[in-house]
Formats: sequence, structure tokens, C-alpha cells
Amino acid sequence: MVEFRMPSLGPDMEAGKLVEWRVKPGDRVKRGDIVAVVDTQKGAIEIEIYQSGQIEQLLVNLDTKVPVGTPLARLRVEGEAEPGLAAAPPPPTAPAAPSAAPPAVEALVRPPPPPISMGPVAAARARVSPVARRLAEENRIDLSTVAGSGPGGAITYADVERELRKAAAPPEGKRALWLDLGAMRTAIAAAMARSKREIPHYYLEHQVDVTPCEQWLTQKNAPRPPNSRLLIGALAIKAAALAARRFPAFNGFYRDNKFEPAQAVHLGVAIAIRGGGLAAPALHDADRLSLDELMSRMRDLVQRTRSGRIRSSEISDPTITVSSLGERGVEALYGIIYPPQVAIVGFGKVVTRPWVVDGAIGLRSVVTITLSGDHRVSDGHAGALFLAEIGRLLQEPDKL
Amino acid sequence: MTRHYRNPALRVGIGAAMGGMRPIVELMTVNFSLLALDQILNNAATIRHMSGGQFGVPLVIRMATGAGRQLAAQHSHSLEGWYAHIPGIKVLAPATLEDARGMLWTALQDPDPVLIFENVMLYNMMGKLAADAGPVDIDKAAVRRPGRDISLITYGGSLWKTLEAATALAADKIEAEVIDLRSLRPLDDATIMASVAKTRRAVIVDEGWRSGSLAAEIATRIVEQAFWALDAPIGRVCTEEVPIPYPAHLEYAAIPQVPKIAAAAKTALGRA
Repeated sequence: MVEFRMPSLGPDMEAGKLVEWRVKPGDRVKRGDIVAVVDTQKGAIEIEIYQSGQIEQLLVNLDTKVPVGTPLARLRVEGEAEPGLAAAPPPPTAPAAPSAAPPAVEALVRPPPPPISMGPVAAARARVSPVARRLAEENRIDLSTVAGSGPGGAITYADVERELRKAAAPPEGKRALWLDLGAMRTAIAAAMARSKREIPHYYLEHQVDVTPCEQWLTQKNAPRPPNSRLLIGALAIKAAALAARRFPAFNGFYRDNKFEPAQAVHLGVAIAIRGGGLAAPALHDADRLSLDELMSRMRDLVQRTRSGRIRSSEISDPTITVSSLGERGVEALYGIIYPPQVAIVGFGKVVTRPWVVDGAIGLRSVVTITLSGDHRVSDGHAGALFLAEIGRLLQEPDKL
Repeated sequence: MTRHYRNPALRVGIGAAMGGMRPIVELMTVNFSLLALDQILNNAATIRHMSGGQFGVPLVIRMATGAGRQLAAQHSHSLEGWYAHIPGIKVLAPATLEDARGMLWTALQDPDPVLIFENVMLYNMMGKLAADAGPVDIDKAAVRRPGRDISLITYGGSLWKTLEAATALAADKIEAEVIDLRSLRPLDDATIMASVAKTRRAVIVDEGWRSGSLAAEIATRIVEQAFWALDAPIGRVCTEEVPIPYPAHLEYAAIPQVPKIAAAAKTALGRA
């Protein structure tokens, strides 16, 4: 038996509120499956499980806030013996609050055989038809919020269906639940203040001619429908990821007074959220993705982040962050490192500038790339080489 | 034959069947079959088992069943549910012209005893049988009216009352599915469960007495096999637990009728 615990989704997270179970007792899960949604200061995070097996029991009720490390569920890993009939206790969906007066048992049983009292146990439970109970369970509907219209006031399939339609209807209302911008602002404040307090930043700037990228993209995108076109952002991210792999001093975490280089490049992408939020979930193994894959993952990530559906691994493990305010019109930005990371790369907007190419002045598309580095880990010299590598990679877009 | 020879008639029938013939014994009504119960239960149903498979009894027994003709308590029984309790025989309940005719032939092909229960009230129904009407299967239930709101499960004489109730329910925007069991042993669980899985509610209409009835067996099977599909308690419309009365209005009140069936359906739908 293995316990699935409330994960830590960042150094500043102490507790999380469980807002959704995606599994129920008896379900088989495999490593990487999303099993729950936890509300944190960063918004609602989809939590992945890291072990394969069968869910034995859910231990925490919905809408309960528990500290990091609290067991959320018990998992029977492959090969473990199956216990007896106790295997699937009812999930801890809160039963409807018992009313003060026990419901009349008479209405439960139809006239002919004289009604037999079922005692206090029956009285304390909300009357829910088996199929309604099943439907509610499958869709994580809290039965205490459903009004019954069936025989004797029982909650029926149709009642739960109605509730489902209600739940599905207003995405706006739901978003408010998932994304608490106030809490997110508090989290950003804590992380950024800590960064500026603890991390001795140094800043470098490098201007790069991205005309080759633009030409290559024009050619590449010509035959493609708009929704599968590549954007220059994908090239920038890929170049930064490749450079991070070659310069490990910028890819990893600074913890307990020492630097731990990361084995993989999980590139955090800063995504602005309407209303004043910001998150930087990871594109996993960004250095190994093809540009098309990267592009579609980016689209997916942006969409999910803005609707408040980020996965736990995406929020907890970026090894370096890339921020781009290019489309907002600024030419350069100097980021603040997100601890415990050690670097953040900034891309400004692409501008047309007079540029010397082969001894003559011509018009070129130029972008300003910046690096904020952690001086405890790297020095300006290494930072310069790292930025230059990104610039060099962008000269040969077909090799990205 | 007169009723006093019920028992010997069956003995002759069983002997003939064991001797290689395909006899049909007509017992007149289920009320008289009790005199022959020993031969049906202890001989016909068990010979194949007792002889280690050496002998079978390919016998068909026809009898009328049911109340409704003011024949009073001793001649109005619906005991097909009793017979459906017995392993070793098949029990059929034709409700349509095609089944009354077609089941007989299929029953005759069966290597074991087959009992055919014909509801007395159906003898008065008229209809035209297609010229090419032939044998029909004797192990499947039939959906006589499709619907999505509730499954009304019945057989024999109650089928027509149930169909009438379904028509009445349709006026109240309740689409009832009517299942004609046709075979009471074996029961076609698959058809029943498929219907209940769709409608999520069931009412069983059975002219037998409620306690220990075929309706009780079907309800149990639904709970065993389709519990998680149920949206309401299973309803039953059975005969009141009294000897069937002679007066017409009391006899009418004792056995399943259209208003009772419709009311039970509405109760299951929470619209009583």
C-alpha cells in the first residue's frame, strides 16, 4: 500500500485545497495520470500521480485544505494482494445533511406490505437512487447540493443530470473558483520578494538579427493553414532550451546553499492571465521537442493556464524560465528569477533596425534577448556565452 | 377426458414420451394439474437426471390458467409461477396468436417436458394468423412496445392489460416499454436487463399472488444484475393475497388491472 500525498507545488506552498477527485476507489491509475485538482495560490493545479496501481481509498474530502504531505489517497501498487470485500468503501462524498426529523419511512415502501422501520441508519442517509448515486460519483457531484424529485423525494438520475448541466453551463463562474487572482498576487509577491532578497541578480543584453528566422518561417508557413503555423516564439523557446542544455549553470535549482543542475530542460513559460495573474508552467523537455510539437504544447499550455487548469508537474518543476513581452511592444525586459531557479531569459519585440550585414547597412529584424542570472551560480562571462549561443542558434532556424 | 383422469392421463403421456412418442397432454386448467403435480415434478422433470441421462420425457403439457371468468376460488388459479420454480422443465406463457400456435411446435421438438400456460381470458380474443405463420423460439422475451421511461414486465393474460396501461401512460407523456416474457423458465434475463438499463425503472405485472411470486424472482434478478441502473424502487402489480372471489367486481379488484398498472408506473416515476 502506498500513500498518495498532497504534493508541494512550489517552495512557498504550505497547504492546498482539494477541489476535485478525478478517480474513485477501484480505479486503476498509471504514472502520470491526473488524479485530483488542488487549489493553490497559483490557481487550480491538476495533480499527477507518480505510481501505478489501483486506488484503494480516498482519504480527504472535497474542499478540504490540508498541509503539504498529508495523505490524500491510498494506492495499491501492482502485485499487492487484493483485500477482501472491504476493498471499495464508499467514497467520502459528504452525505446530505440529515434533517432534524427523520424522513418518513412510510413513503419509501409502497403500501401493501406494512412498512418496516429501517432504524436510524436509513433515516440519516439521503435517499438517492442507485443510478443517480453512480452518475453523481462519476461526475463528482456533491449529492447534498441536489434536490430530489423522485419517489419519496429521492434524488433520481434526472436530478443529477440537471445538476450536471448546471455545472457545465457557466464556465465563467467556474473560472473564478479555479483562479483566485488575489491569492495568486500574494504568491507572486512572496516569490518575487524572496527572489530580490536572496538572489544576487546580474543582467545581460544581447541584440540578435532574426531575419533568417522570419524568412524561414514565411517559407515554412506558406502552405500551412493558420492554426498550424509556427510563431517566432517557438523558435525562441527552442533556442533557449537548447542553450540551457549546453550551459547547465543556467538550468537547475539553487537550494540549501548549493546549485543542483537539472538533468532535463523543463522550460517555464511566463503566461499572463487576464485580470492581473501570472504563471510560468513548464514545457517538459522543451529541448527535445520538434518545433511543431513545441508549438502545439505552447498553445495547449497557454489555454489551460488561462482557464486555470495547470498540472502539478508543470507548476512545480520548471528548471529555467523564458518571458516574452514582445507582443506588448517593449524592446527589452529584465526578469526576476523565480526561486529556486537560477536564470530567466527575456525576449523583447522584433523591431526593424539599420544593421550592418557583410560590410553594408541594411534593414534587418532585430530582437533584444536578456538574461537575468543568479550570481551565486554563474558569472557574467558564462551568461554572455549562454546568450550568444541563443543568438547563434537563431541564425539557423532549420536546425532547431 | 374428465377431470378424474388427470393423473392417469399424465402417466400415460409420460410413458408414451419415454417410449419415443411426442405426446401432448391437455390438462384443461392449471386448477386440475395439482392432481398430476407428482407426475410432473417427480417423474417428468426428474427422469433425465434420475436415469443418468438415459431417458428423457419429451412431453408437452397444455393447460389454461388465470382468473376473470367468475369461476371462483377453486378454478381461477395462476400457478405458472409455481411450475417455473422447477428445474427440468420449461414453462411457456404465450400471449399472442403467433406464440400460441408457433410455440407448440417448437415445444414438441424439445427433448424435455414443456408446460404451456394459456390464459383463459385470451381464448376469447380473435385475430388472423398469417398463412405462413410457423414455429417461434421459446426462450426469448419480446419487447411488445418500446419506450424509454419505464419497463413494464409481464406475460400471458396481463400483457394486453399492460399494453393498454402503456397507451394510457403515453397520454401523460410517459413512454413505457412493455416486455412480454413468453418463457417463464428459463427467464430471458438479457432482454429484461437491457430494458431496465435503458429505462432505469421497472414494474412487474404478474397474475400470481405476490408472496413468492415470479414477480419476486424477476425483481430479485433485476436487483442482482442491474442495481446500479435503478432510479426507483421496483414496483409489482400482483394478485391480492386472497382466494379469488366469485363476485365480478371483487374478482376484478383482486387481479392486476389497467388502472393499477398505470398507477404503479407513475409511482415509480415519482408522479403518483
